[in-house]
Amino acid sequence: MSVGLTLRDQRAELNVFRQRLMVAGLLALAALGVLVVRFVWLQVIQSEHFHTLAEANRISVVPVVPNRGLILDRNGEVLAANYSAYTLEITPSKVENVERAIEELSKVIEVAPRDRRRFKRLQEESKNFESLPIRTRLTEEEVAKFAVNRYRFPGFEIKARLFRSYPHGDIASHAVGYIGRINEADVGRIEEQGATTNYKGTNHIGKLGIEGAYEKELHGTTGSERVEIDAGGRAIRALSRAEPQSGNNLMVTLDIKLQRAAEEAFQEYRGALVALDPKTGDVLALVSKPGFDPNLFVDGIDPANWDALNSSADKPLNNRALRGQYPPGSTIKPFLALAALATGKRTPEQTIFDPGHWMLPGVSRPFRDWKPGGHGTVNLHKSIVVSCDTYYYGLANDLGVDAIHRFMTQFGFGSRTGVDIDGELAGLQPSTDWKWQRFKQRWYAGDTISVGIGQGYWLATPLQLAASVATLANGGTSVRPRLVRAVQDARTQEVREIPVAQGEAVAVKPEHLELVKAAMIDVTRPGGTATRAAQGAPYLIAGKTGTAQVVAMKSGEKYDEKRVRERHRDHALFIAYAPADDPKIALAVLVENGGHGGSTAAPIARAVLDFHLLGKRTAPRLPAGDPEAEGD
Amino acid sequence: MISRAFDFLSRRIDGPLMVSLVLTLALGLTVVYSASGGASFDRVLGQGRNIAIAATALWVVANIPPQALMRLAVPIYSAGLVLLIGVALFGEVRNGARRWLNLGFTTVQPSEAMKIAVPLVLAWYFHRHQEAIKLRDYAVAAILLALPVGLVVRQPDLGTALLIFASGFFVIFLAGLSWKVLATLFATGLASLPLLWGMLHDYQRRRVLTLLDPSEDPLGAGYHIIQATIAIGSGGVLGKGWLNGTQAQLDFVPERSTDFILAVFGEEFGLAGNLLLITLYVLIVARGLMIAANASTTFARLTAGAVTLTFFTYAFVNMGMVSGILPVVGVPLPMVSYGGTALLSILVGFGILMSISTHKQLVSS
Repeated sequence: MSVGLTLRDQRAELNVFRQRLMVAGLLALAALGVLVVRFVWLQVIQSEHFHTLAEANRISVVPVVPNRGLILDRNGEVLAANYSAYTLEITPSKVENVERAIEELSKVIEVAPRDRRRFKRLQEESKNFESLPIRTRLTEEEVAKFAVNRYRFPGFEIKARLFRSYPHGDIASHAVGYIGRINEADVGRIEEQGATTNYKGTNHIGKLGIEGAYEKELHGTTGSERVEIDAGGRAIRALSRAEPQSGNNLMVTLDIKLQRAAEEAFQEYRGALVALDPKTGDVLALVSKPGFDPNLFVDGIDPANWDALNSSADKPLNNRALRGQYPPGSTIKPFLALAALATGKRTPEQTIFDPGHWMLPGVSRPFRDWKPGGHGTVNLHKSIVVSCDTYYYGLANDLGVDAIHRFMTQFGFGSRTGVDIDGELAGLQPSTDWKWQRFKQRWYAGDTISVGIGQGYWLATPLQLAASVATLANGGTSVRPRLVRAVQDARTQEVREIPVAQGEAVAVKPEHLELVKAAMIDVTRPGGTATRAAQGAPYLIAGKTGTAQVVAMKSGEKYDEKRVRERHRDHALFIAYAPADDPKIALAVLVENGGHGGSTAAPIARAVLDFHLLGKRTAPRLPAGDPEAEGD
Repeated sequence: MISRAFDFLSRRIDGPLMVSLVLTLALGLTVVYSASGGASFDRVLGQGRNIAIAATALWVVANIPPQALMRLAVPIYSAGLVLLIGVALFGEVRNGARRWLNLGFTTVQPSEAMKIAVPLVLAWYFHRHQEAIKLRDYAVAAILLALPVGLVVRQPDLGTALLIFASGFFVIFLAGLSWKVLATLFATGLASLPLLWGMLHDYQRRRVLTLLDPSEDPLGAGYHIIQATIAIGSGGVLGKGWLNGTQAQLDFVPERSTDFILAVFGEEFGLAGNLLLITLYVLIVARGLMIAANASTTFARLTAGAVTLTFFTYAFVNMGMVSGILPVVGVPLPMVSYGGTALLSILVGFGILMSISTHKQLVSS
């Protein structure tokens, strides 16, 4: 092997090698060129886009829930307030075995069976990733105990939350209402109002009463906090914050002391009472008995309480004042008397003779007066004072149901009063049209006769009765009942009065009104049906008693209270306003199965009038055990 | 005295290459600090220790003459192969892959050593047959290469296998395998892609598919790529500043101090930083190719060329995968990513380059 050859070979090999190295180097450069193009694409051309994505990654907008507005009564007494408390919440989706975890938790802090049941109920109602309270109102000690053990409980979190409290418990519960956790129906409503953003972070919403109807005022505006988060979603630091704006405070027309006095006056009776300021329609008291404790609903009601409230025969959740539709009974006699005068069907002096019953021509069945033997000679004034049924049987027959319907509609019967909370029912003011549409039956003359004493098809709510008596007291101008009289702006503290709705004048002559009013005053004087209840009152009361039959009585059958089961006893009613010469309060009382209006409902009214006008608390003298019949 | 000590230390060190390496390593440390959250020096100190160990290895290797390295090639390769077989039989499984071998006193990852052993042994083989390299020799070289690559693919460790394959392929390529054969191989390779696809593990296939469309699986395999590109792209031209990368500091970038450290760097230092890093790599590669071009023996040339090109492959594959143009394979960013094993094999490779560069005169005389 010659050196030359080796050298040549070496040179050739070196050339190949260097050539290959060059190729490799160029390929490498080309590859780097691709990389540089890629970097320019990402970091120059698309940089803006990626910057946006990076910001979206790191910035999370957390809603800051506003404080809910307070509800204050007309004297500034707090009816609904907020307090901050610790809750222990579980996000079920983050916990492997929720039940076992709760079992473990119960070894650290107390978990009552009630808490478990409520949690279970909430779990069924909500989505898996929602944070649900297992314990509320933790003490500082419990918070500390849990904090030490928190590593054992992933998916559990202590949160400081604002709670609603109703310091007066079940007093005025139907008027004030309550808040509860937002359910699917609420979500739908919120979406409809386009308020979804404002409800981010909010768990509770007003469900009933003022809390429900004035949700918009009370809720406030949700603020937001821009928070920097890491990939695990943990907040690192706050970047900026838009403060929430608290909900507005509501100044309510209720007088909670009067309300309490009214509710206590009911003792164990079921029923409803609505007291209005006849000039403004301000609701001074709105009672529906029995009530319930709205505090039970605030952190999710537990199934036991829920079932108890729902299945009770007393229906405590039903707002009888707005939704109870009862035959108004004799309380409508003053209005029928007005109709008689307005239509000219009766003059004040015109008398009838009441033999204790009334015969509809062509019908053999007699319509009985409540008083066996009758009231003798009765004119319009006396017909109201002694509540003569016979007088009104004939009057109704003369007026006809459609004239009654037309006249009563002016006083608000058969339609909603327009009170500013939801759920009100319209009652029923019957007419021939109505019966035809409802039953495809023609109206019988006999139907009209029952309507003459507020029975038959006629149904009214206690609120309607109160509004109609307020119209009387107001000199014939209708009022619209309202529960909220002013809104206090949370930021400026400015109080914005809600204007009183302009009432409509009812087509009655003042002299006719005076006649009826005078008769209503005599109802509460010796000889009237509410004499006893009004005894000793240092102010004038204008009133009218009523008794509404619960089951239709067969004609000719003597109605005996003692024999009928308690639930089938008559409802007792009383409407009134006082002082009769300068009305400051108008009210309607309905006592379910209370017997007679004069003996059961009127004493409750008296207690309320006394409290409102005299500021003193008097125990109503309700009939004990065997109510002595005092007439209708 | 001091100058003699300096002379002793620097005699076998290639100046230009060393400067580039030191700059890149320094850059790496600053990024590791940022990628570890910028709150503790633990990772930086750990990486400093890794660098110290690897630099010592570099110095030791640089002081071994190329002839001695050539003699070591076969023993190292054989030992590596035995250890790889050992891994396949008794290896420890971590994260679903059998890559580690417990030797009692320490656990090793023999596949790393193969990144050095394969080019050495192939260069040795071609050196021995330099008078007349026949097609048969290429076949033998291919077998020498296929054995470790196959074993590593089976672990499975696609990234390392790819780099071992690249290191061996570069030797074969530089040794002068004819373009015709290369073209045929390339065509065959393309044709066998479907076959290869069938052999891939599910997760490997997903990675390739994810590359084609990361949005397909934004929370799974695509998450890495999406977040990394967001990080790099949002860095813009000048970056968000050191320690200020939101994607990096808030943990959106996965494996931010190891395989995906480029995302941290690109976010905080922007396009400018990326170009600086590419420039440093270009300097290193250029110096390496220069050393290879001027090396005096076939063994030295082939080894130097292959080591340099492998280093380039390292850098390119990592940058390509983090910026979303290559599938995600577990390859760290050389000399920047946190971790000792890869760093050791890289600096040993540069030790070999320095040995070749500084022992040249002795050999050629």
